[in-house]
Amino acid sequence: MAKYLLLKHYRGAPAPVNDVPMDQWKPEEISAHVKYMQDFAARLEGTGEFVDAQALSPEGTFVRYDGEGRPPVTDGPFAETKDLIAGWMVIDVDSHERAVELAGELSAAPGAGGRPIHEWLEVRPFLTAPPTITE
Amino acid sequence: MDEALLRSLTPSVLAILGRRGADFAAAEDAVQEALLEALRVWPDHRPRDPKGWLVTVAWRKFLDAARAETARRRREERVEEEPAPGPAPAVDDTLQLYFLCAHPSLTPSSAVALTLRAVGGLTTRQIARAYLVPEATMAQRISRAKRTVAGVRLDRPGDVATVLRVLYLVFNEGYSGDVDLAAEAIRLTRQLAVAVDHPEAAGLLALMLLHHARRAARTAPDGSLVPLAEQDRGRWDAGLIAEGIGILRAALARDRLGEFQAQAAIAALHADAPTVEETDWVQIVEWYDELVRLTDSPVVRLNRAVAVGEADGPRAGLAALAALEDSSRSASDRGHPMPRHAAVAAYLHERDGDLATAARLYAEAAGKAPNLAERDHLTRQAARLNARRHR
Repeated sequence: MAKYLLLKHYRGAPAPVNDVPMDQWKPEEISAHVKYMQDFAARLEGTGEFVDAQALSPEGTFVRYDGEGRPPVTDGPFAETKDLIAGWMVIDVDSHERAVELAGELSAAPGAGGRPIHEWLEVRPFLTAPPTITE
Repeated sequence: MDEALLRSLTPSVLAILGRRGADFAAAEDAVQEALLEALRVWPDHRPRDPKGWLVTVAWRKFLDAARAETARRRREERVEEEPAPGPAPAVDDTLQLYFLCAHPSLTPSSAVALTLRAVGGLTTRQIARAYLVPEATMAQRISRAKRTVAGVRLDRPGDVATVLRVLYLVFNEGYSGDVDLAAEAIRLTRQLAVAVDHPEAAGLLALMLLHHARRAARTAPDGSLVPLAEQDRGRWDAGLIAEGIGILRAALARDRLGEFQAQAAIAALHADAPTVEETDWVQIVEWYDELVRLTDSPVVRLNRAVAVGEADGPRAGLAALAALEDSSRSASDRGHPMPRHAAVAAYLHERDGDLATAARLYAEAAGKAPNLAERDHLTRQAARLNARRHR
C-alpha cells in the first residue's frame, strides 16, 4: 500500500474545463457537487482506501523567523500570484495507477450546468519509512 | 453495559480515593484504569455493586502504582513512610473536582480534556477521537494538565464562571467520534447545577437544553445547514424546551442576571414562537441590549444587528452594523475582521432588496467561513441570489 495526496488548488493549478466560480452556479448544482464529494469519500472508506480529507480557508499568512528576540516576519494575505491550496484528500492505495484513477474520478465532480468540472488535481506520493528488507 | 452509569460514578470514586489520601494525579490515573477494566469486564460480569467494584479496583490500581513508585524511590533513596491522609475537604467533592479541572492555570483545551476525563469519566481514546487528535497527543495533554494543577490546594470554592466556560466549550465546540459531546456537556452541567447554587449554572443548562432541542432540525438529510428561520419547528424537542424554559424562569426570578441567562432568554424567545413570523424580535433586541451591557462583545453586537433588522427593518439593522464597524475598526485594521460580519451584512442587504450587494457579500462571507457547512451554506446563498438576478 502507498499513500498519495490528492491536492486541490484555489489558485496555481491550470484552469479547469468547466471554469465557473461557485457563486455563479445554481444552488442545486452546489448541493450536487457537495454530495458527489461526500459520496466519493464514503466510497473510499468502504473500499478501505480513505485516510483523511481536509479543506483549508483561502486566507493564510507566510511567516518566517526574523532573528533572536524579534517577532516573526509575516507576509499576508497571499499576493494574487501565489499558489493557493484549497484542500486535500489522502488515500492509501495499491498502485500509482489506482491513485491516478481516483483523482480522475474526483476531478469529474459536477459543477455549473451539472457538467464535470474537469478540475486539475495534483497527485503526490508520500515519502515513506524505509522498508525492513532492502536487499 | 450501562456506560452512562459508569461515567456518572467517576467523580465520586475519584473523591473517595482522594479522601483515602491519594493525590489527584495518581487517583485520576487509577480511576481511568479501573474504567478501562470495567469496560472490558462488565459486559460479561456486571458487578452487583458497580460503585463498590470501581472503588475496590481503582484503589488496588492506586496501591499497585504507589508501591511500584515507593519501591522505585526506596531504591534511589531511603524515605519516610507515606504521610497520613489529611482531613476531609470542606467543599463538596464533585464540585472540587470541577474547580480543579477548570483551574485558571490551565489552557482551555487542557481544561476541556481534563474535565471530560476526570469528571466525565471518558477514556483518553474517546476524548482524542472527539477532538480529532492522536490518542498519544491527548494522553500527553491530560498528563501535562494534571502536572499543572498538581500543587493546587482547594480549601475554598473556586470560580464557577471558569467551570461554566469549560462546559460551554464542550457543548459548543464538540466535533465527532462515538461520544455525543453536546449530551455529555448537558449531563455535566446538570450535575454541576445540582452541586452549586448559582443562577448562571442554571442559565447555562437552560441555554444548552434550548439549543439541543433544535438539533434534529438544524441539518438537512444531506448534512447542509438549515437556518433558524427555515427550520421545521415541529421537529424541535418540546420536552427539552419546556425543561429549559422552566430552569431559566427559576434562575431569572433570583434577579442575578448573567450572560448565560440572557443568551438562554433569547433562545427561549425563539423556542416560544410557533412560527418564525411570530418571533418577538422587540424583546429579543432588549435581551441583546442586556448582553451588550454584560459582555460588550463584538459578536453580541453583530447578532444584535440581525435582531434590530428583524424588529425595526433592514435599514435599522444596517445602521446598527455601521455603528459596530466604527467602534471595532481598530481591531479589524490589524487583519482580524470579525467572523460572520460579511454574512450578516449580506443578509441585511438582501432584506433591503439590494441583491447585487448581498450576493457579493455572501460570496465574500463564504471565503471567510470558519467551517465547511457554513461555507457551503453561504456559497449557496450567493448562488441563489445570483440566479434570481440573472433570471
